Amino acid sequence: MVEQTLRYRNDEPVSDPAVPVEAFADQSNATAVRIEPGEDARALLPHLDRLALVEVNFPAYGDGRGYSAARILREHGYAGELRAVGDVLVDQLSHMRRCGFDSFAPQQPITAEAAEKAFATWPDVYQKTVDGRPAIWAKRHPA
Amino acid sequence: MYQYDNYDQSMVDARVAEFRDQVQRRLAGELTEDQFKPLRLKNGLYLQLHAYMLRVAVPYGTLSSRQMRMLGDIADKYDRGYGHFTTRQNIQYNWIKLEDAPDILADLASVEMHAIQTSGNCIRNTTSDQFAGAAADELVDPRPYAELLRQWSTFHPEFDYLPRKFKIAIIGSETDRAAMKLHDIGIQMVKNDAGEIGCKFFIGGGMGRTPMIAPVIGDFVPPLQMISYLEAALRVYNRYGRRDNKYKARIKILVHEIGADEYRRQVEEEFAHILTLGLEPPAAELERIKGFFEQPGFDTNASDDLDLSDPDFALWVDQNTHAHKRAGYTIVNISLKPIGGIPGDATADQIRLMADLALDYSFDELRVTHAQNIVLPHVKKADLYTIWQKLDEAGLANANLDLISDIIACPGLDYCALANARSIPVAQKISERFADLGRQRELGELKLKISGCINACGHHHAGHIGILGVDRKGVENYQLSFGGSEGADTSLGTITGPGFNEDGVVDAVEKATDVYLAQRTEGERFLDTYRRIGMAPFKEAIYAKETANG
Repeated sequence: MVEQTLRYRNDEPVSDPAVPVEAFADQSNATAVRIEPGEDARALLPHLDRLALVEVNFPAYGDGRGYSAARILREHGYAGELRAVGDVLVDQLSHMRRCGFDSFAPQQPITAEAAEKAFATWPDVYQKTVDGRPAIWAKRHPA
Repeated sequence: MYQYDNYDQSMVDARVAEFRDQVQRRLAGELTEDQFKPLRLKNGLYLQLHAYMLRVAVPYGTLSSRQMRMLGDIADKYDRGYGHFTTRQNIQYNWIKLEDAPDILADLASVEMHAIQTSGNCIRNTTSDQFAGAAADELVDPRPYAELLRQWSTFHPEFDYLPRKFKIAIIGSETDRAAMKLHDIGIQMVKNDAGEIGCKFFIGGGMGRTPMIAPVIGDFVPPLQMISYLEAALRVYNRYGRRDNKYKARIKILVHEIGADEYRRQVEEEFAHILTLGLEPPAAELERIKGFFEQPGFDTNASDDLDLSDPDFALWVDQNTHAHKRAGYTIVNISLKPIGGIPGDATADQIRLMADLALDYSFDELRVTHAQNIVLPHVKKADLYTIWQKLDEAGLANANLDLISDIIACPGLDYCALANARSIPVAQKISERFADLGRQRELGELKLKISGCINACGHHHAGHIGILGVDRKGVENYQLSFGGSEGADTSLGTITGPGFNEDGVVDAVEKATDVYLAQRTEGERFLDTYRRIGMAPFKEAIYAKETANG
């Protein structure tokens, strides 16, 4: 049960419960799915058009597989809500946002103010990812 | 060398501000040690046996005199007047107070330095050839690529919580001086028959408790796809590297378990996808960075003549200098391995002296080597005698480069919270046993490396002679191995047999050198003789029962 969600989208939240990846393929009307650390995000790629919410679970903050899962989904055009759930700490928010997460359901509540401060940690970024921020190299060499 | 622009500086400044806030929260009791630990580790701050230790990044081992001077000043101001240069070309301070750490990072930031990603399960500071840009045998200067790597790996959002730490080394010579194949990723810049530059990727090497030599995964990746290839290689590891057991979490285990061919297939698949995303910095960025690594203004009339009439000077020149790509110039190695000293330690005054020498005689540049020594990369031969005299006055003219007393040793149980045994006293005793320089030179190149635990920070697997300290029922015990090497002929050492106590291992090393002297043929190093005759004769000498009363 999610007690608090920090959400950075303008559309209406999905009310459907997220189903496990293995059940998702058989439920043709499901619009929300939950990925566990060992699961392959690419298994969802054939179904992106019917997905409105993907939850990526972080049972422990030190398990970083979810960062790759998020980026892969965004790189393949997923535009729905991408939510990090579980052991999500304020110090991870900035990197998660850069990997494509746009909502967060942390076990331990994080205030909106603390989240804003975390997102503003880095004035610029060295890498191009999926968050649309221009990398420093792009700013150095404007097209 | 590379200089920060406003973007680089603001990134480092942001980190200082963030960490200052985190330390204040810790000191105010708002963060517990458990909560603070991952945050301080992202800034290279460890809690060791006696105090906090701060590990400062020296990107690809390159320093200006201003940076080196600051390292000396920090040793005086915040530590006990010395610093410790490490096998990762970094420097560590062993006696740091938590409340000083933000100020130290601020001082470092004022000279374009930091402690970012010197710890934690992330991409660590990139290492390189200490002779980059200077060596006579260099094909491609690796430093622009190393700087590209530094920027790409800094605060990389996808790879900050990898299964385990991740170390990358990059070289551009045929001779490997960076133990490149013993890294998670080793990159060798090469040229093909058409004269084009490419990156050869060795992936899945490492030391630690399961040493492995990295296989070739990518034969020839164009330099302007290097970052994309790294993204692919790291992503496969981040997704499929083991997380159930921290001792099996390095990429070498993944590559070993699924096999190099299967790992390569997965990387190539991911690479093809990543190439469609436009993640690679443009050619203009590589050119901008290359601009910082132009050759310095060498004197085209510099002479190769050298007055070697002072015999001590002649010995030092013979042992501690290396061929430079320009006539009239040489590369100077400053050994931080005095007889009976702590390998890699230097006092604040010594650090500042080396900074002065770099400014006056080496185009303002120094390098830290993975063998825990310092290099002046561009020295005019005409200045050598003056430099040697100044080094000698400061106790820095040890003419023992690559000899048996040029020992690599980890901090061991004298400092390190992970260690099982002390490393430093063993290094000191061995160097004292072989104190005579004539004897050392008679033994020739002999790389001796000591680790105080199985994590192998002292590279014992790669030592011609390796020593591993273990804890045996509460007593320090030292395992001996022969036959390791870290160069083009990379190999892993073989354990001789039962371990020794501290004095016993020193005796065993001496007996092994006696076997070598008796058995060697013309031109053979210790390593060559060992490879030719095998372990048996050494084992026999080392474990022979003493015949009582003669």
